[in-house]
Amino acid sequence: MSNLDITYISQILTGYKSMKGALIPVLQEVQNHYTYIPEPAVDLIAEALNISPSEIYGVLTFYTQFYTQPEGKYTIKLCRGTACHVKGSKSILEAIERKLGIRVGETTKDDLFTLRIVACLGACAVAPVMMVNGDYYGELTLEKIEGIFDELQAKECKSAKT
Amino acid sequence: MKVKKEQKPMDKGKKLQSIEELESLQQQAFDRYDPLRKRVRICMTGCLAHGADKVRDALVEELENQGMSKDIDLVETGCFGFCAKAPVVAIDPEDIHYQRVKPEDAGEIVSETLGKGNIIDRLVYFDKKANKRLPYTQDIPFYKRQVKHVLRNCGRIDPKRIDHYLLNDGYKALAKVITSLSPEEVIEMIKKSGLRGRGGGGFRTGLKWEICRRAAGSPKYLICNADEGDPGAFMDRGLLEGDPHSVLEGMLIGAYALGARFGYVYVRAEYPIAIDHLKIALNELKSLGLLGDNILGKDFSFHLKLKEGAGAFVCGEETALMASIEGKRGMPRPRPPFPAHKGLWGKPTNINNVETFGNVPLIILNGSEEYTRLGTEKSKGTKIFALAGRVNNTGLVEIPMGTSLRDIIFDIGGGIPKGRTFKAVQLGGPSGGCIPGDHLDVPIDYDSLINLGAIMGSGGMVVMDSANCMIDVARFFLEFIQIESCGKCIPCRIGTKRMLEILVRITEGEGKEEDISLLKELAEGIKITALCGLGQTAPNPVLSTIRYFLDEYKEHIFEKRCPASVCVPLIKFEVNRELCKKCGICKKVCPVGAVSWEKKMPAVIDKNICIKCKTCIENCPAQAIQ
Repeated sequence: MSNLDITYISQILTGYKSMKGALIPVLQEVQNHYTYIPEPAVDLIAEALNISPSEIYGVLTFYTQFYTQPEGKYTIKLCRGTACHVKGSKSILEAIERKLGIRVGETTKDDLFTLRIVACLGACAVAPVMMVNGDYYGELTLEKIEGIFDELQAKECKSAKT
Repeated sequence: MKVKKEQKPMDKGKKLQSIEELESLQQQAFDRYDPLRKRVRICMTGCLAHGADKVRDALVEELENQGMSKDIDLVETGCFGFCAKAPVVAIDPEDIHYQRVKPEDAGEIVSETLGKGNIIDRLVYFDKKANKRLPYTQDIPFYKRQVKHVLRNCGRIDPKRIDHYLLNDGYKALAKVITSLSPEEVIEMIKKSGLRGRGGGGFRTGLKWEICRRAAGSPKYLICNADEGDPGAFMDRGLLEGDPHSVLEGMLIGAYALGARFGYVYVRAEYPIAIDHLKIALNELKSLGLLGDNILGKDFSFHLKLKEGAGAFVCGEETALMASIEGKRGMPRPRPPFPAHKGLWGKPTNINNVETFGNVPLIILNGSEEYTRLGTEKSKGTKIFALAGRVNNTGLVEIPMGTSLRDIIFDIGGGIPKGRTFKAVQLGGPSGGCIPGDHLDVPIDYDSLINLGAIMGSGGMVVMDSANCMIDVARFFLEFIQIESCGKCIPCRIGTKRMLEILVRITEGEGKEEDISLLKELAEGIKITALCGLGQTAPNPVLSTIRYFLDEYKEHIFEKRCPASVCVPLIKFEVNRELCKKCGICKKVCPVGAVSWEKKMPAVIDKNICIKCKTCIENCPAQAIQ
């Protein structure tokens, strides 16, 4: 973490100094850039927006979309909404956990995959559904899960070799 | 990939100074449109989960290769509604409906249908009842029973193009309001229409606007609640992705009526496409001067910003939503004072749901009286529902208020798949309830659903069949509430935790005799004492399942049995030899090879290998694994 380039944070902050209610948009922008909220960012934001760091931690731990650890290259967002639940998303979740050897909220050792669950992706008509980075995968089955992650892992192996 | 569009976008960068200039822009859109021109429409929202982008790319390539890209337009639309058949493609002007389209089909669609006018049978909807293929949208039962008013443009226009919206009477209602109606007259029209809040509560919109208009304080704020958090609901997503301008026009009319100078659209971050389309629409409005100061040269100014949520269900509650916009933790506060008097930054604020705003331009354009022709005595107009779960035709559905649940689930929805039987339909998400088969003929409106122990809610409709366990569903909702409770008040934070603990032990075979009465007692207490709507309604899924499925609770508690084979600790993972159809599907689907089966023999599960993943149970056509 020591070599983290924090200049970008100051850059973001210049645009928000006079805005009311800037904290959440600032955190969103910081996270978009770094994939998480690095610790030094909190102090910089606190100073720029004149809010205490504890208040910032209060906000960033309240909302499920803010992370305090770096994300893997791929973030898996498995939907655990009602429609997905009645169509077996719990079994899908267990299958992903088995496949990748991680639990919800964890990242694989190779920093490739982070597994998260979301309350609802709003793609209920194609349940059970998940998003991997920007891509939707619908009507999931245990078989499909195998295929999707085998393919992603193979792609990464290939790009690591070249 | 560059996509050929049907017309050049209109001249931008010039701010409209008058109503006449807006009308001339509408005329321009109209003049450029040729209704007889061939078009391919493809859903680029919900259908993306089934690879619609690859189908789009293939169509573009084929149009290019077959030399038709100049004569045929490709329109990227929002949701058609029929998500069960995704990806969906339509061909105009005939409105041919192709379903489950693959990239490999693109060549044939271009050469056969677009080139020669031939219909490709394998891509057409097949009506099993009538035993025939139905190639045209209007003939398919899923669409036939619907009345698409609010969703009229979804799946028809490119939501990223304001000229497409203008072509369909877009911003005509705004023009009418600004030129010929006073704010009071607008409020009167909304009151007369009987429009009630589509976010779930059903409060009368006109009255809400009137209260805020009369409230002292300045400036006033107008907020669109697009934090569609109910799991199992995607109506607002569909409307925002497919026709964002209709919602924004409703907001502009609302701002005019209330005298609101500033506004926000608060969208949940889980809807990236909706956010994208809203951003495009807002930029278009700003560049045309339809947002900002002195709109259309009149003494009417409205500044509208997009706020992205950060993943908290409770932010759908209006006071929590405002706290979130203010940059704080999204925690509700007691009401009164109501937002109309003391809202965002302490100023008078009016909050309506996405679909509510979507109704407003229709009321203004067609008149209140026309609007009241559809619906029941106390619930007017149409309602959008998100039909999901264990039903054949999942998707986005708009029906007149007063339609029965049976019509939606069995006619439009096409009934229950896999030969199973209907068990319940869940309405209103974590605040709602489960309605069993005996009550399916009740006409849907705000009041009838409350009588049944459910609520209209925002419109999520999740169908459950005989393979769903109602105690598991109740437990699911309380787990959800436990994750999403903001923790401010004790009844919600701890009361629902105690309820969840009881449900967990019931589903794990540790249920006690007194558990049902204890659940009811806790539920009643939480309903009365919780701070906000989230807590007050959190016990509803439990109460409604106790009301209608008491026997199932008893089977779990006294017989330690889960009749639907859902609760893992209560499943033996044994094959019932009498029910077993000896088909071998369980052997085929088992991921760990725990099932042995030979032709004409019942299957056997080796419990030493079995990981209890329930894949066999999910796939067994006879529900023989118990």
